[in-house]
Amino acid sequence: MSVPNDLRYTRTHEWVREEGDTVVVGITHYAQEQLGEVVYVELPEVGRTLDAGEELGTLESVKAVSEFFSPVAGEVAEVNERLDDEPGLVNDDPYGEGWLVKITVSGDGAELMDAAAYEAFLAEEGH
Amino acid sequence: MKPRTLHDEPLIFERNPERGPRGTFRLPAGEVPPVDPRATLPAEQLREPLDLLPDLGELEVVQHFHRLSQMNFAVDEGLYPLGSCTMKYNPRVCERACRLEGFTEVHPLEPDGHVQGALELMWELERALVAITGMAAVTLQPAAGAHGELTGMLMIRKALAARGDARQAVIIPDSAHGTNPASATFAGYRALEIASGPDGTVDMAALDRMMDETVAGIMLTVPNTLGVFEHRIVEISRLVHERGGYVYLDGANLNAFVGRALPGLMGADALHINLHKTFSTPHGGGGPGAGPVAVSEALVPYLPVPRVVREGDAFRMVWEDERSIGPMRGFYANFLVLVRALAYIRGMGSDGLREMSEAAVLLANLVRRRLEGAYHLQYEAPTLHEVVFDDTFQKEHGVTNIDIAKRLLDHGFHPPTVSFPLIVHGALMIEPTESPSPEEVEAFCEAMLAIAREAAEDPERLRTAPHGTPVRRLDEVAAARSPVLRWRKE
Repeated sequence: MSVPNDLRYTRTHEWVREEGDTVVVGITHYAQEQLGEVVYVELPEVGRTLDAGEELGTLESVKAVSEFFSPVAGEVAEVNERLDDEPGLVNDDPYGEGWLVKITVSGDGAELMDAAAYEAFLAEEGH
Repeated sequence: MKPRTLHDEPLIFERNPERGPRGTFRLPAGEVPPVDPRATLPAEQLREPLDLLPDLGELEVVQHFHRLSQMNFAVDEGLYPLGSCTMKYNPRVCERACRLEGFTEVHPLEPDGHVQGALELMWELERALVAITGMAAVTLQPAAGAHGELTGMLMIRKALAARGDARQAVIIPDSAHGTNPASATFAGYRALEIASGPDGTVDMAALDRMMDETVAGIMLTVPNTLGVFEHRIVEISRLVHERGGYVYLDGANLNAFVGRALPGLMGADALHINLHKTFSTPHGGGGPGAGPVAVSEALVPYLPVPRVVREGDAFRMVWEDERSIGPMRGFYANFLVLVRALAYIRGMGSDGLREMSEAAVLLANLVRRRLEGAYHLQYEAPTLHEVVFDDTFQKEHGVTNIDIAKRLLDHGFHPPTVSFPLIVHGALMIEPTESPSPEEVEAFCEAMLAIAREAAEDPERLRTAPHGTPVRRLDEVAAARSPVLRWRKE
């Protein structure tokens, strides 16, 4: 499924899954498709505090380098270290094994979309 | 092109794998008696003989490097329409000029009186670039375009500091060269992205919202990376100036309007000029470059040192200036690149330079006219020096811009730039420059049209291209994820 119903989404194509007071963040199927094969993932340091909308890290593909952003304010609790050796997980399983960062939420987040709203957003952007 | 069979060439280490001595090279007997290193050096400084050094005859070495050079693609080989890079021909006469002994044998520590000719040449090149840009002054110091961007942004920073104004951000369009945000960041600013309007140029309403007292200015490429002229540039400059900011113009695409428009009149405060693009000095390869920066009166006091000044008929270097941002580079820039650029400018003359730009724009428009319909064009604004198509039509057959680029190799052309600018998905960015003949451009268009037909008829042929090159489709993903950077003996 390219836009799972149980997640929420940003306009910059990150997805968010709530797990208690932490959230898991990744990029959407659409985003990984646009990027192409990911060859390197730069992740933030654990413990870093962030504002919502702040740059979290970068994804490098054979085509381009793109930033991804924190959908919420909080502190980096965990990063997906498997991506150091297996950056392709972001392409192969963007909503599962290819997750990027877990964040302990401390404040209000950016406005997030549900699956239907994100699908409408993609359609509106002409995708 | 002359038909010839090219094979993949083994590495030099892989030739003569058994290290059978070739015996083709004999050193004459030494004039001093040989010494056994083991008799004089401590043990920890001795090594065992290396068995991985190649042992080859001279002809084998010459053939090896000649074959490698044949596998390369160059402007001297055929059309090289690599958008944004302006891969024009480098006239041989410029190479000859910069090899004159009077230029190659000067030393940067010689006193000014010994190198008057070299200083005069730099002074003349500065004057020529001032005339071409309509700006107040030029520094030749920056070693490349992005270095020029940094130089310009540091001057803007210093000018703002001089009036006690600590601004924090710089506005940069989403169509900009990636170096612009990097240079702004390096100069201590935050990069604020501004979206392009529907015609591919800056959205004035968005600029009006963003340009406030925290913004140092705007970095703008004219014409932009879509090959579209910022037709509201004067309006943009006025707005930025009224709110206390500065205008940095990225002159990477100057080739589109030399002799037709003056950045000085557009309101630019700083503008870098890639000599290797517009003025035909050799491109990259990690070699020496030059990215002179032209500035408005407002930034003249902050130009880097050293500066060449003329006093009567004599020239000298000024090394100290309190207001200057200081040196950006050791000594006087990459001097021999400057010699080539002045030779080119003098050789072309002012009419020739204008015709150069006109021909570059004309050929880009020829490409656009011939390929429109067969390839999708996202922005329909008039084309200047380059045109950005994309793979929307071919994607319907499962063919991407990469497949098209690879297939062009089979037709004997260098591919265009792909997947840039990022605002056009699946971009194919074509810049023929003024150098090729119309027939060569026509042949390129025919090849592109043949590929468009092939996308519908035999997409698999495209997806597996190239078919006629010494090495076929490379695994770019594996190359990036697990690069092999060193040869090791098995």
